[in-house]
Amino acid sequence: MELALSDVRGHSLDLKGIGHAFGATVALDEIDLTVAAGELIALLGPSGCGKTTMLQIIAGFLRPSRGEVRFDGARVEHIPANRRRIGMVFQNYALFPHLTVFENVAYGLRARKRPNAEVAAKVEQMLGLAQMAAFARRLPGELSGGQQQRVALARALAIDPGLVLLDEPFSALDKNLRLDMQIEIKSLLKTFGVTSIIVTHDQEEALSMADRIVVLNKGRIEQIDSPDALYDRPASLFISSFIGHTNLLRGTVTDADRVQLDAGPEIDLGRSVQRRRGTPVTLSVRPENIAFGAERPGAIPVTIRATVPLGAVSVTEGVTASGEAVKVSRARAAGIAKAQAGDTAWLAISDVSRVSIFSTPIDDVSKHQQRSV
Amino acid sequence: MLPVVPLAALFFAAFVLPLIALVAISLFRNAQFAELSLAQYLRFFSDPFSIKVLTDTLWLGAEVALATLILAYPLALVYVASGPFMRTLITFLIMLPLLTSTVVRTFAWIVILGRDGIVNSAMLSLGLWQAPARLLYSWEGMVLALTQIQLPLMALPVINSLLRLDGNLTRAAEGLGASRARIFITVILPLTLPGAIAGWLLVFAAAATAFITQTLVGGGRIILMPSYIYQQAVGVQDWPFSAALSLIFTLAVTGIVFAIGALSRRYVRGVDAA
Repeated sequence: MELALSDVRGHSLDLKGIGHAFGATVALDEIDLTVAAGELIALLGPSGCGKTTMLQIIAGFLRPSRGEVRFDGARVEHIPANRRRIGMVFQNYALFPHLTVFENVAYGLRARKRPNAEVAAKVEQMLGLAQMAAFARRLPGELSGGQQQRVALARALAIDPGLVLLDEPFSALDKNLRLDMQIEIKSLLKTFGVTSIIVTHDQEEALSMADRIVVLNKGRIEQIDSPDALYDRPASLFISSFIGHTNLLRGTVTDADRVQLDAGPEIDLGRSVQRRRGTPVTLSVRPENIAFGAERPGAIPVTIRATVPLGAVSVTEGVTASGEAVKVSRARAAGIAKAQAGDTAWLAISDVSRVSIFSTPIDDVSKHQQRSV
Repeated sequence: MLPVVPLAALFFAAFVLPLIALVAISLFRNAQFAELSLAQYLRFFSDPFSIKVLTDTLWLGAEVALATLILAYPLALVYVASGPFMRTLITFLIMLPLLTSTVVRTFAWIVILGRDGIVNSAMLSLGLWQAPARLLYSWEGMVLALTQIQLPLMALPVINSLLRLDGNLTRAAEGLGASRARIFITVILPLTLPGAIAGWLLVFAAAATAFITQTLVGGGRIILMPSYIYQQAVGVQDWPFSAALSLIFTLAVTGIVFAIGALSRRYVRGVDAA
């Protein structure tokens, strides 16, 4: 869908060498990030990765221990949150429960002491865009979760923010409503042309919303890339298993382009693995890049454990001789014989160029060696 | 069921029966218990002095409650912003007046406010005052002493309300550009109002009826309902009139408490009552 883009109104954002510690706990370390005006960025990571700290630093609720925050090139660390012109959407929406929808949206304008007529016109415009005009006189407690979220976004956008920060905005919504709201909010943010940063631990949310995704782990940036690139070319083992589902197969480098899998066969990867012979490696193979096939060299024998229908696709899980679980996803077309639990099947990697190769982490190597003994 | 019976019996014997007795006594025409009538009530409402005593007493309660309210908010805001150690310390300091006997507390105020008390000696020796001021036996001294003594009743519900306030609401207001003063007036105050009203009513009722503090710090120069009732019952031995005074006073205080409670339930919107 092509969105009606208005002129870009947002700030550009630069973070340089941001570090923050709470006592002895390092929450953020050496964060460098550049966000273009009008871009929609997702900060993605597991809980405790530092993404909320980063959001609070950008919003001005927290002063970083080290580093620079720049809006449109100008440093802002000394500017308090209430003078940064940032629209915040909170996880629980944080609507003022004692104020009507109208007064909630008007709050930022009244704080700026705008004349009443201007406030009324702006609030009506925002509520119209958020499709909440009919609810202006209601209290937040009388609205559904999705409606509250629309109001929260209208309130954030009413102050013509240079930057919109959304903190886990969809986690309180029903799963069915989530995708609709994601599409709706993405289109609203893009229409406004405002720079937006969405913090989430939900990779689907990040994939569906963001132009680029920043993956954070343990206070550091692991990778910054487009959703497709993150999925297809994950920079680390962490990302390959954090974004989407993947199968991790352990093996050992036997030649410049070959890996002997613990699961049985030796795989020709068709390119250099860039590691010395004998190096333990882990291959990441997406479930849709693996298929049932015939018994032949290079095929991986597995024992079928179960098949789960997931709407458009069905996922079958098997276990290799080395004890690794492998998921295979395929279109749930009629005519495909259902694999029975306990059956032996042969799996083949469909496209070796889409297999990612990682060095096996040290602590996994020791476990791996113990098992091979 | 059974444990309720002795409790109910105690409640009946210690509370309901005396109240019935009080109503009965107030209906006698004179101290000789001769004739039933509403004479005592007519006497009260036709006597400007008595009415003035009642309104002064209610006003004292309102004033003390307002003073504790003004002190409780900064205290509660500091409490909420503090770490665990400071919180414990503040809680201890707030509770301290409750752990001391009323009489001891009140005598402490007499020592502080007296003609040769700490305040007067300090101000005189600093040369700020030429002559000792009369702090004790004054309306202001009474308000001051009662404010200190009743502060816990206000601070605890206000702190409780503040702790229940979602921190994201103040952050949202700040992000929308509101100053600290605006955040306090438009977000914190309305959302902690149930706690503040609960505290106000507690302090109002407690301060208006604080017989010992009123009598000792007020020093008999200021006649308020509790000492008026005492004087009529013990001094003048006019039991019917003092019974009527007691009932009028009780009804006035509870009436105000219920009226304000009902008004706040009606007009405080979108906030759970604490």
